[in-house]
Amino acid sequence: MKHTISVLLQNKPGVLSRVTGLFSGRGFNIESLSVAQTLEPDVSCLTLVTSGEDTIIEQITKQLHKLIDVIKVTDMCEHDNVEREMALIRVKAEAHTRAEVLRIIDIFRGKVIDVGPKSYVVEVTGKASKLQAVIDILRPIGIQEIVRSGTIAMTRAQKS
Amino acid sequence: MKLTGAQAFIKCLEEHGVEVIFGYPGGALIDVYDELMKNDKVHHVLTRHEQAAVHAADAYGRVKGEVGVALVTSGPGATNAVTGIASAYMDSIPLVVFTGQVPTKLIGNDAFQEVDIVGITRPITKHNYLVKDAEELIPIIREAFHLAKTGRPGPVLVDLPKDVLATRITYPEVKPISMRTYKPTYEPHPGQIEKACQAMLKAKKPVIYAGGGVILSNSNEELTELARRLDCPVTMTLMGLGGFPGTDPLSMGMLGMHGTYYANMAVANCDLLIAVGARFDDRVTGRVDAFAPHAEIIHIDVDPSSISKNVRVDIPIVADCKHALVAINAWFARSKDFNATECAEKHRPWHEQIREWKNKHPLGYVEETGIIKPQFVIQKLHELTGGDAIITTEVGQHQMWTAQFYHFNKPRQWATSGGLGVMGYGFPAAIGAQMAAPDKVVIDIAGDGSIQMNIQELATCRQEKLPVKVAILNNGYLGMVRQWQELFYNKQYSSTVMEVAPDFVKVAEAYGAVGLRATKPSEVEPVIREALKINNTVFMDFVIAREEGVYPMVPAGKATTEMLLV
Repeated sequence: MKHTISVLLQNKPGVLSRVTGLFSGRGFNIESLSVAQTLEPDVSCLTLVTSGEDTIIEQITKQLHKLIDVIKVTDMCEHDNVEREMALIRVKAEAHTRAEVLRIIDIFRGKVIDVGPKSYVVEVTGKASKLQAVIDILRPIGIQEIVRSGTIAMTRAQKS
Repeated sequence: MKLTGAQAFIKCLEEHGVEVIFGYPGGALIDVYDELMKNDKVHHVLTRHEQAAVHAADAYGRVKGEVGVALVTSGPGATNAVTGIASAYMDSIPLVVFTGQVPTKLIGNDAFQEVDIVGITRPITKHNYLVKDAEELIPIIREAFHLAKTGRPGPVLVDLPKDVLATRITYPEVKPISMRTYKPTYEPHPGQIEKACQAMLKAKKPVIYAGGGVILSNSNEELTELARRLDCPVTMTLMGLGGFPGTDPLSMGMLGMHGTYYANMAVANCDLLIAVGARFDDRVTGRVDAFAPHAEIIHIDVDPSSISKNVRVDIPIVADCKHALVAINAWFARSKDFNATECAEKHRPWHEQIREWKNKHPLGYVEETGIIKPQFVIQKLHELTGGDAIITTEVGQHQMWTAQFYHFNKPRQWATSGGLGVMGYGFPAAIGAQMAAPDKVVIDIAGDGSIQMNIQELATCRQEKLPVKVAILNNGYLGMVRQWQELFYNKQYSSTVMEVAPDFVKVAEAYGAVGLRATKPSEVEPVIREALKINNTVFMDFVIAREEGVYPMVPAGKATTEMLLV
């Protein structure tokens, strides 16, 4: 099963390689990874998506926790959370398809962020499944390039 | 007053009570060595190889119960130290290794004797540091010592660029260490203790399975108290030997691949397995699904990642072994439901069963006239040292025979490379042990293969005037691999025959040490007696039965009940 794991880290050189080294060294798998500073400049948040049986996920969280520079490990699957990815898609946009591309992007609440004579670069954010849907629909029109970010996630506000 | 980084470094060692360090100089460390020569509080032992420096520091730490310190130069000095660091990591040994590094402005430049040792040792250290700013030097060293000895201990590496060691700094005041991200759990959860004690109260066929954590947390007395109170048989891992008296009637010796028949049978049939500071290593469990299949399992470990890693655990207790055992003993002391006599009565059939297994297949070997059996040598060493020597080993058959036949009664009298299995560990470890305990008899029990991996340390022994004894069980083979080849590879002794070997007596003599040899059983005792009398380094070359095997043996991947016996 897929798990999104959020890791708060000390923002120090080499910390990312401690995390990725742990995964490669112990044969855990990383499907996507995203990392950037948090509100506190000396703390980074790393979000990674991995998959495995429960015993593997348990080892992953324990081993991450064991790294000295790790502040907090949260398996987002244990919480109600929101997840987002972003994709930049360079899609063919010639005279007869330009309008259609715009319509599709609009439906998915995406944006055109670069316009060329024969292509657009569009930006779409959402869950992985939504990005996949956009890609599937644009593909027949002609996708030239895709760059996708890793997943980022945040727990929802507690309802009470 | 400002100090150079090198001066501050040595002051910081003194601050941590470091009396002995093991190392090897080089260009990047010249500033430190210059200061070391002026210092009379920190004694530097010059080994003849950086690997040996780290193993010596490792064993020094094990025997003294302190943090061992090694100091090696950049580049090849650092890479040579890697095996020693990895071994200490696998065995959770508290160690701080300092490596020299090229000046900060040259880092990343492929400079002479530059290597990214922080990158290389990332997976084999508990943590590591590159000191980029001289102001950070002392706080980092303090953190390194703190990390090495707390929680689950382990090696910590600090990389010291040459310019940092030359920069003048103000020596920072000593402050209590507080690390936001590092707070090991020492105290057990009371609810888990309750559950564990209830399980112990109920058990009819309990076994205590004690590992290196018992030694590291100095909880041998608490463990012994619990075992005796519960009248519970104890088996130990290779790392746990000495955590419970080996000659105690409750001791079943070692378990696992070369464990005793009765220990493995007891684990396979117990209804409660109490794992204390052990990590269910593959050499212990054999086929995992057949390991303690009928047992409820309690696991006490300070490292949460050790729990349920290989074997599912029913009652996990994340805590320092000592704290957990104290809590368990206290529970029994005040429990109204516990009655020692009743408990012993309830366990009696279990003890009878174990005795039956023990009588059926005791630990033993077949004597042959005129040929020295290696087990006989270990028995004689045990007898003639009163079981009181500090024993180190290399890795292989001799290591297993030692674990089986030298019945360790006390902790910290045993140093072996358990997890990584380093041939070449024992001789430098004996140096570290002898430095830690100058008045003790220290014996490295070695094979003729592995002694050659760090034989150059004869020079270190001589320079430090250490009366280290080395008992070489010489069979002219890489015996353990040969045994596997005999059993599982059609006796094809590929590259395990030591066709050329030195005359160990003459090698010892060449360094100014003493060499003795025994070729007949009748010569074993006189050679050991002679060696123990000599106040010098002694090599004892025991020419042993060439194709003797280590038994019992659980073939790799088999259940621990599927043992090959003598």
